[in-house]
Parts: sequence; structure tokens; C-alpha cells
Amino acid sequence: MTVLDAHLVVERETFRLDVPLRIAAGEVVALLGPNGAGKTTALRALAGLRPLTAGHVTLDGLDLDRPGSRLWTPVERRRVGVVFQDYLLFPHLSALDNVAFGPRRRGLAKRDARAKAADWLKRMDLTDYAARKPRHLSGGQAQRVALARALAVEPTLLLLDEPLAALDARTRLDTRTELHTHLGEHAGATLLVTHDPLDALILADRLVIIEDGRVVQEGDAAAVTARPRTDYVARLVGLNLFRGHGDGHDVRVGADFPLAVADRVSGEVFAAFPPSAVALHPERPEGSARNTWPATVASVQHNGDNLRVRLDGPIPVAADVTPAAVAQLRLVPGREVWAAVKATQVRAYPV
Amino acid sequence: MLVWSRRGRALLWTVFALVFVPVVLAPLAVLVLAAVAGSWNGVLPTGYTTGHLGDALAGEQVASLSVSLQTAFLAGIGAVIVGVWGALAVREAPPAARRIADAAMHLPIAVPSVVVGLGLLTAFSRPPIALNGTMWLVVIAHFVLVLAFAYSTVSAALERTDPAYAQVAASLGASPMRVLWRVRVPMLMPAVSAAASLSLALSMGEVGATIMVYPASWRPLSVTIFTLTDRGKVFLASAETVVLLATTVVILVGLGVATRRGRR
Repeated sequence: MTVLDAHLVVERETFRLDVPLRIAAGEVVALLGPNGAGKTTALRALAGLRPLTAGHVTLDGLDLDRPGSRLWTPVERRRVGVVFQDYLLFPHLSALDNVAFGPRRRGLAKRDARAKAADWLKRMDLTDYAARKPRHLSGGQAQRVALARALAVEPTLLLLDEPLAALDARTRLDTRTELHTHLGEHAGATLLVTHDPLDALILADRLVIIEDGRVVQEGDAAAVTARPRTDYVARLVGLNLFRGHGDGHDVRVGADFPLAVADRVSGEVFAAFPPSAVALHPERPEGSARNTWPATVASVQHNGDNLRVRLDGPIPVAADVTPAAVAQLRLVPGREVWAAVKATQVRAYPV
Repeated sequence: MLVWSRRGRALLWTVFALVFVPVVLAPLAVLVLAAVAGSWNGVLPTGYTTGHLGDALAGEQVASLSVSLQTAFLAGIGAVIVGVWGALAVREAPPAARRIADAAMHLPIAVPSVVVGLGLLTAFSRPPIALNGTMWLVVIAHFVLVLAFAYSTVSAALERTDPAYAQVAASLGASPMRVLWRVRVPMLMPAVSAAASLSLALSMGEVGATIMVYPASWRPLSVTIFTLTDRGKVFLASAETVVLLATTVVILVGLGVATRRGRR
């Protein structure tokens, strides 16, 4: 059942957001995109903090915002909960009163509101911190209080703005796992705005990727990671991506560079392969690889246990190699090498 | 601070002491001594008495202290309320109106207090609004003089608070009125307390405008001290000053403690 049905159109002088968005009950959708793509604008439009220029926001069959018919619902009358990026817990209220704030404003008596808040804190494993003021809470605790505060009003739509961005790496790991559990229990629709692909892949059922105000790709994690459709998405999921014209087992990419692929293709296609599929050789290799070309090392960076080498040449690619290989091949910027990729490692799919 | 060599720091402390001791500490010490001096002909008083302090806490003088306190509270409360309202209102106003209103609220800082006194005196000495000879002229003068300070204290604090807190409150279902009373004003409480302290302290020591407008029935302690000094009653004036100082300090410390307790 679709809970949120929205078409968000927001126009500013130099920017236009145009994003259709539908979220079902219990579904978690991640809105992913680079900085300035319009993610936060979309979230603020849904929350009622920024009016739409056109389009509509319909929640549970009820129009909240429809500029076409001059309809507008102020933020305090929307059944929408927001977890803001810096959590923004009220500094003058205890954790308990922060959570009780929403239920109280929605008409619960003081006692009932506080009982409900205590219940939520218990669910978040924060009972011992109920009386603390926000500045005496750790980042992870503050995040959970903010989540409890947003959920305590039983929102039909829950909005999370970069919920883990303010945390350090270690806390982020634990908090992400907990957040996953709590989002799973939320009966309403959830929209998660993030620029961190890992957050999106772990927390969301479906990804909506926007660039420059428009949706460039949409789908579940498996589909998006297997078949990226823009450079941004390819980089997010760590793939080399090229667009070109396919004919038989060849895809002509870049400046007419023929890339051999295993699948039979025709017409406009994407071709993608992981950096780990790229092998580097000091001389022209004589092995079985169908794709070989001379390349120049542009940069070498750490990437987990391996090193990521960026190569210039007929097609710019990233290659993952072991530190041993870097030493052996003396991979420094400017060094000339041969790159090889097996045709079976290159995935091709229609545009 | 900012000087790291040991000798440099020692030198700095000496200079500081040389300035601080004669300019700030010595007058205060002399004042306290004078308040308990029996007679004073040499370098130090030749006899000590608690008589002056006793006099300073009796009859007419206590009435004068009470006038000071009442004036300070009335003017201070008024200034804090109007200052908070002004700061909130100015922040919401469109940019052009905002600049003008902000300058207007700061204006009394630029105007000498004697001018404020004279202005009030000439403006309200005749009908339709004749306040001449009433306590209200004193209270209004103090209100005008401390308002700018109260306003700028609260306004600076408001500038530092993230407007997103109000949006959070709204997203939790709070009406604009609730947002104001449950979030925006409570978050300003530390600044409100600071503004109240500042207003009280300023009002308790105000002379310039007060001396122009005070009626015989409403004479604040600061003016009493001035007239006593003028008439050569230096010991009694000193004792009054000590009382004024002590009262102000007690109130400020009390306010500070109350604020800190509220924030914990």
C-alpha cells in the first residue's frame, strides 16, 4: 500500500528539483546523491519546511501540499517525524522531556506523554539516561534520543537527514545496526537522505539516486550495484563504467576504444567492471585477456588492504592492486604500464 | 596569555598589578576603610566605628536603598521583557526593517544619560502626560538606559541559536505559540538571566539621568550618596556605598546561582 505519493518540484534561481517519490507502508527508501543534488531540499519539502513550486505531496491519501490548488499544510499539522542531521535535541530539556515533547503537543496529558517517552527510551536502551540533558549524552545516545523523539509521535512518514553523518566511525557501525532494527519496526513509510552508499545499502529497501535535482536511477541495492547508470553511481558502488555502442561482443567506448565483453550486445549499452578485474603488467601481456591497452599511472591511493591505481589512457579506469604489485611494478604517477581486463569480467547492459 | 616567556609574563603581571591596584583596588579599599573610620587624619584612619554602617542601614537611608531596589527591579523586568520581545521581533523582521529596528534599540547606548534625563523631564513635565514629581519618571529613565543592554545581550544569544530548533519543535506538532514558549524563550534563559543581572547592576549605580528627574519622595541610593558627598559627609557616603555594593553583589550572585540550578 502506497503511503507517500509525492511529486516534488522546487524551483530556485539556478536549480530545479523534480523528483517523483512513492513509498509503501513499512518501506525504507534511501534518497542518495552527491552534495547539492537536492536531497535536503526534497526532505524539507516533504516535512513542510519548504513549499513546493509545483507537484504534490500526498500522505495516506490526504493532500498536504498541492500548489496547483493552493493547498498547503503547515509543518506542525503533518504526520511527519524528522530526525535532523545534528539531532537538534532541545538543550534545556532532559532526554525524557525531549521525547515527551511531541506526544504532549499532540494532545497527550503530561503524565501519559512522559510514560510514553519512557517507553520509547526503554526500547532504545536508554532508560538510564532519561534524566540527562543532551549535552551529557554521547553522539550515539543523542542519535537514538532524536530517533525516539521522532518516532514517539507515530509519524506516517519518517524522514531521516544524514542520520549517521555526525558520528565517529566506530559508533556509526553500532548505531547503523540499531537503526536498521528500529526502522524495520516502523510501520509507516521511511525516507532516508544520505550521501553514504553504505548507509543506503544497509538501511534501505530501495534506493532513489538523484543528481542535479533529477532521479538518475532507482531500484533495490542488488540492481543498482550490479548495473550503475551514471558515473556517480558507478563510483559509489566502486565500478568502472563506460557508455558506448555495442555490436556483437564489442562495445565501442570513449574515443572509439573497443571493449570486448562476454555478452552479445547491440545498440547503446553500459559496460562495467570492478577495479579488481584490472591486471597491470610491465610489458604487453600475452595471456588470455581480450582487452589490453597501454596506460599511464595518474595516482595511487590506499583502498582498504589494497591500493587503488588511477590510470590515464584510451579509457580512464581504476585498478585495485596489492602493495606487493605496486612495489614490483614501481607504480608511481607517470609510469607507463599495460592494463588487461578479461572479457568475462566486463558486464554489459542496455542503456 | 599570549606571552610565553617567564620573564615576559612576570613583567606583564607587574604592569597589570601597577594599574589594577591603584585604579581599581585602592579606591575600593579606601571606601571600605572610610565606611568604618571614626576619624581619619593620617595615612590610615585613627579610630574605627560601626556607627556609619549602622546609620546607613537606618531610617531615611534604608528607604533610599529600598527605592533603588524597587526602581532596579521595575526597570530591569521591563527592560528584559521588552528586550527579549524586541530581539525575537527584530530577528523575524525583513532585512531592511531589521537593520533600522536594531539600530533604534541600541540608540540609548549612544545617548549620554544626562540627555536621557533632560529629555524625559522636558517631555513629561506638562500635560497630556505629566509625570514630573512621580517615581515613574525615574523608573522610565532607568528602563530606557538599561533596555539597550538587555536587548543586545539577548539579541547576541539569539544570533547564536540555530533557528532549526524551532523547526524541530514544529515538526513535533508544536504551534508557533508553543514553539515560542516551550523552545525559543527557554533556550534563551541563560541570556535572559545575564540581561537581568546587567540591568540590575546598571540601574543600581545610575546617577546621571536620575539626578535630573528624581522627586524628593523617590530618591535612589546612588543619588543619596552623591548628595551626602556633596555635603561633605564622606564617611556616611562611604558606608552607603558599601551597602549598595554588597546588596548588588548579593542579588547578582543569587541570580547566577538560580540560573545555574535551572540549567543543570
